[in-house]
Amino acid sequence: MAMMTYLEAIRKGIEEEMARDEKVVIFGEDVGGVKGGVFGVTKGLAEQFGDDRCFNTPLTEGQIGGLAVGLGLVGFRAIGEFQFADYILPAVNQLISEASRMRYRTKGDWIAPIVYRAPYGGGVRGGLYHSQTTDKVLFGQPGLRIVTPSSPHDAKGLIKAAIRSDDPVLFYEHKRLYRLLKEDVSDEDYVVPLDKANVVREGDDITVIGYGMVLNHALKAAETLSKEGFEAEVVDVRSLYPLDKETLVKAAKKTGKVLLVTEDNLEGSIMSEISAIIAEEALFDLDAPIKRLAGPDSPSMPYSIALEREFLVDEEKVTNAMRELAEF
Amino acid sequence: MRKLEESGLTKDEIIKAYRHILLGRRLDERLWQLTRIGKTSFNISGQGHEVGQVAMAMAFQPEKDYFLPYYRDMTACMVWGMTAKDIMLGSLGKEDDPSSHGRQMPNHYGSKEHNIVSHSSTVSTQFPLATGVAYGAQLKNEDYVTLTATGEGSANQGEVQEAMNFAGVKKLPLIFVIENNGYAISVGTDEQYANETMAERGPAYGFPGKRVNGNDFVETYLAFKEVVDNARKGGGPALIELMVSRLTSHSADDDHSVYRTKEDIENLKKNDGLLFFEKQLIDEGYLTRDEMTDIDAELKKAINQATDEAEEMPEPTADTILDQIYAEK
Repeated sequence: MAMMTYLEAIRKGIEEEMARDEKVVIFGEDVGGVKGGVFGVTKGLAEQFGDDRCFNTPLTEGQIGGLAVGLGLVGFRAIGEFQFADYILPAVNQLISEASRMRYRTKGDWIAPIVYRAPYGGGVRGGLYHSQTTDKVLFGQPGLRIVTPSSPHDAKGLIKAAIRSDDPVLFYEHKRLYRLLKEDVSDEDYVVPLDKANVVREGDDITVIGYGMVLNHALKAAETLSKEGFEAEVVDVRSLYPLDKETLVKAAKKTGKVLLVTEDNLEGSIMSEISAIIAEEALFDLDAPIKRLAGPDSPSMPYSIALEREFLVDEEKVTNAMRELAEF
Repeated sequence: MRKLEESGLTKDEIIKAYRHILLGRRLDERLWQLTRIGKTSFNISGQGHEVGQVAMAMAFQPEKDYFLPYYRDMTACMVWGMTAKDIMLGSLGKEDDPSSHGRQMPNHYGSKEHNIVSHSSTVSTQFPLATGVAYGAQLKNEDYVTLTATGEGSANQGEVQEAMNFAGVKKLPLIFVIENNGYAISVGTDEQYANETMAERGPAYGFPGKRVNGNDFVETYLAFKEVVDNARKGGGPALIELMVSRLTSHSADDDHSVYRTKEDIENLKKNDGLLFFEKQLIDEGYLTRDEMTDIDAELKKAINQATDEAEEMPEPTADTILDQIYAEK
């Protein structure tokens, strides 16, 4: 066991896999050399594994997307970093037209085992283009997996599973959690499954489903509500696509009251799909309408402190929404 | 036209090249027929590209080199190892289609067995992929060379510039070819790019770029041979702009008489690279007209057989629609 931040756990997972398998390579903008990424996730990897396996790319995200696919075709396990989740947008064609379809369109003759890493999320004064949750852009593209850890333990195990997977995996890292979360992380060689949601807190009164920063808020809010006599079941979605329907539906049925929390916009987020699934599978077990708590439908979150706060789902908003649902 | 003997290829190799060129032409003609009678839904043609493609492909070592083609590269793919039946299985959407097992439209070539990488229809997405395949050679310290192709219209996609830039930075063993037939569906080159040639883009990214006449077999073969040999020795990438003609409409869903004059279309037929090549073969003593007629008859028979065999093969069954979306657990 070692005390580790969320960021350190991701780096540790990558380091272990690069040491275990020489076919693992990592690249992106500022990823190589002495800098090791704008957040420092890949710091030290170039020195440890050489400049061939950990390197800088030109500032071209489409190229990062396609380079990873090409390396996968010839037996490598490429980790391509997008410096911010917002910057995936120039690479969407490569992720959808190539990475997610290579296996299907050749019936498995050619495969693209890839990890695309991307720091996402707001609350860092990043304005419209350094704050986004872009998962909904890539959500619903069969062939592509989307995962995101919400704890240091999951961060290490999930990145290792993503690297070992024969599927292309889009791995979102919440940039507010990078240094906020710290916990004991096992030194063991463990993996966290890519297709399983995680019940992180058990309770009988309401079910809260979320991931990333808002999940952290929900866990704190659950302690507040516990003192008021309400026990919340809190579920980390973790596998954003394909969704772990079984775990999500089971958790919804358990309490009959569901709050879906995201820091994305209200309309068109992944929570909209989760809501549809619960409505289809668990309607007659529900005791209240499915409730969503999200950012407003503005184009991402603005820079000004007042506007950013207005956009973000914070602990207070989550606590209020949970209480309201518990009292319904 | 440069003399065939200047290629350094043997007589057998030259005749083999002719068989590839003619097979490409005749097979494409058959695919148009099958499309017209509704047995296939679509065809997109490489007629007018065949001489250049065969000369290009023969400069590589298909048993180890990788090819990331585009939709007009049927003839080059057959030099790389695919057969007429393989192509036919794809156009008919059969389960045994090596390109996609009936998943993709016709003319989206691929074959794991022959190092031909499957491609999408959003044009030129294969360019960044080719950099990954080529970077793999450097990482593995292997001497395979990668070839990727697109048309002069599709070469304006951003991903083409991104890939060429990266290839220059990493000095990849990667050959880019732009097959310039002068038309992007209906749009001429004056609306596609402003420079005199597309070849100039090579030096812009730090490697050679050369325009070659794709109707001149020897000029094309030697131009590719030089850059392929250089790339194999670690000398880095190159761009070849292969000047060819598009003798047909863009695809089976297009009618080029709408935007090409009758005179232009007639001129194209007179400047067909296949005719030049056949004249060379006779003039330079490689084949007689009678021998060519025999080869033609033999190829047509082989195409008939490939068509019959492919038609009898099963379609994918409906219950396979969800197969191979993700890896098996």
